[in-house]
Parts: sequence; C-alpha cells; structure tokens
Amino acid sequence: MLQGLFVLLLFQLLGETVARGLGLPVPGPVIGVVLLVAALAIRARWRRGEAAKGGPLPVETAADGLLRHLGLLFVPAGVGVAQSYHALGGQLLAVGAALVGSTAITLVVTVAVFRLVSRGVERSAGR
Amino acid sequence: MTTPQSERFFELWVFLSTSPLLWLTVTIGAFLTAQRIAALAGGHPIVNPVLLSIIAIVVVLKLTGTDYRSYFEGAQFVHFALGPATVALGVSLFRNRALVRHDVLPIAAALLVGAPVACLSVVLLARAFGLGPDITLALAPKSVTVSIALGIANEIHADPGLTAVFAIATGITGAVIVTPLMNALGIRDYAARGFAAGLASHGIGTARAFQVDDAAGAFAGLAMALNAVLTALLAPVVLALLMP
Repeated sequence: MLQGLFVLLLFQLLGETVARGLGLPVPGPVIGVVLLVAALAIRARWRRGEAAKGGPLPVETAADGLLRHLGLLFVPAGVGVAQSYHALGGQLLAVGAALVGSTAITLVVTVAVFRLVSRGVERSAGR
Repeated sequence: MTTPQSERFFELWVFLSTSPLLWLTVTIGAFLTAQRIAALAGGHPIVNPVLLSIIAIVVVLKLTGTDYRSYFEGAQFVHFALGPATVALGVSLFRNRALVRHDVLPIAAALLVGAPVACLSVVLLARAFGLGPDITLALAPKSVTVSIALGIANEIHADPGLTAVFAIATGITGAVIVTPLMNALGIRDYAARGFAAGLASHGIGTARAFQVDDAAGAFAGLAMALNAVLTALLAPVVLALLMP
C-alpha cells in the first residue's frame, strides 16, 4: 500500500515538474497519468518473458483503493460550494435549468456520437 | 450559570472543533454512511453518496456554527488526495488499454463533438434564460474537473467561486441523471456510457461510472482528462466568439 501510494505521488510530482518546468497548459496530474501509463507499458514489455505471475502491483492496489472511493475526494469542495449558493440570489432557478439542460444535452450528444462512430467502425470492419 | 461539567464539555468542544481530526473523521464517516445507504438503495442514481455526504456535512456545520475554513482544516487531507487519484486513473486506463485502443475512433469523435457542446450549450442556454455575463462566463467550463475549471476561469476572467460552484453542481447533476438517461436511450455500451459521464460531469461522473463498472470508469476517467485539456484550449475561443 505504501509503495503504491509512493508511486502515485511520485508520478504526480513528475507531472507537476514537467508541466511547470515546460510551462505547459496541461495540469500536472494529467501529465502524471500519461507518464504512469508509459511506465506501465514499458514495464509490461520488459517483463514479457516472465509469465504474468504474482498478484497485482502495489500501484494497482493503491490506485484501486483511491478510485473505489473517488467520490469522497469531492466532498470537501462540495461542502464549500453548497454554502455559497445564496450568492446566486433570485437566479438560482435559471442557473439550475441552464446547468441541468446543458449536462443532459452533453451526455446525449456525446454518447450518440460515440455509438454512431463505433457502429460505423464495426460495420466497415465486418465488410 | 456554568457547572464544571459543562465547562469541561465546552473545553473539549473547543479542542475538537479546532483540531483537523474531528472534521477529517466526520468527512470520511459521512461518506462511508452515505455509501452504505446508496448500497441499501441498490445503487439507485438518485441516492448519490457524494450528494448525501455534502448535505449531511452542511447540516452538521450549520448546527454547530462551524465556518468552512475550520472544516477545511481537517477536510484538506481528503481534498489533497484528488491529485494522486487523478494519477491513479492511469492504472485503470492501462488495464483497459485493449478496450480503449479498440474504441479510439469513437473516443476521438465523441471528444471533438462533446467538448464544444458542453461549453456552447450552457452559454447559449444561459443567454436564453437571461443570465448576466458574470454567471454565463463562470458556467462555460462547468463540465471540467474543479481544479482545471479554476485555471480556465482565470484565463477567461470568470469568478473563481462561481466557477467552482457550477463545476461541482454539474458533476453531481451528471452523476445523478446519467443512468436513467442512458437507460431511456437504450444504450448498453458501457464504454460509451462511461465516456459520456466523464466528459459531461468530470470526476463526480467518473466516480459514478466506477460505482457501476470498472471499464466504464476507465472510459470516464479518460474522457475527463481529454475534455479538461480540450476545453482549456477551446473555452477562450468560444467565449471570444459568443460574448460581446
């Protein structure tokens, strides 16, 4: 667990360093994700000779632990948010309508495009 | 008139309410309880553990007269884990790499259409509902995860407080409506469902996707990361075109 957590923190640190060092517009943790995927891919290629033995890697255990409770991590920010809704005054309803409407539109459009293209790919592969 | 007993209680309260221990424990305890309730409700989307915990904690803070700053002293340790948790998405991405590679074209198309729709639709709706420029600007990056939405807010000169409010509210909205909406549309492809959830409602939508299915979670995390990057590039352009 500790080793896995260390790996996650290390890659976040690397990501922040790269993002800030190179002045990239991409946030550090996102670069950390890219670096971690690259590291895991390199490791898998290296270890191809030895059959995939043993249980999950420490970093997998730590990642699964964090992702299983991902929602928890948004609670502190959410509590701050819930206390500031009164800043909206009488516009609460209009804001809520715009927000819910746009979220529903985004979900429907995104899933529709995904399915359409995915079906197109399957059809051309089947031919 | 104060008895020694109540004085001691008061001292205890002063100690607890100023130490990070109390609010850290309350935050985790509230979430575990909310998860238990959500499980009892069969994972019904309305019973969202994030929403339940936030409501419970807001009520407790109000009842005890605690301000947000003292609460955050304790809760910041949980908040900090958002960074490593984002990196952890790399593990789930790598594990599902075969699925992601298989769907690379749908992913690219859904991202290139979904990201501008997320931003444009809210700006247009806000205008249609007669909302002012301050609120409209802060709504624009609403589908992006909070920390990155704040960076975008800085760039487009939106109010950071409002931006955070709208991003969290969008995350919860998406997490609550995604399941009934996708069921109504008859979409059974969990990759597509997860991708839409992560794109429209960032980390909270991703948390919901992980609650349902590991592959859906991987696609949601991927959508969240890609959308954050694309919206950061796109939002200033969209707003320059739409806002006078």
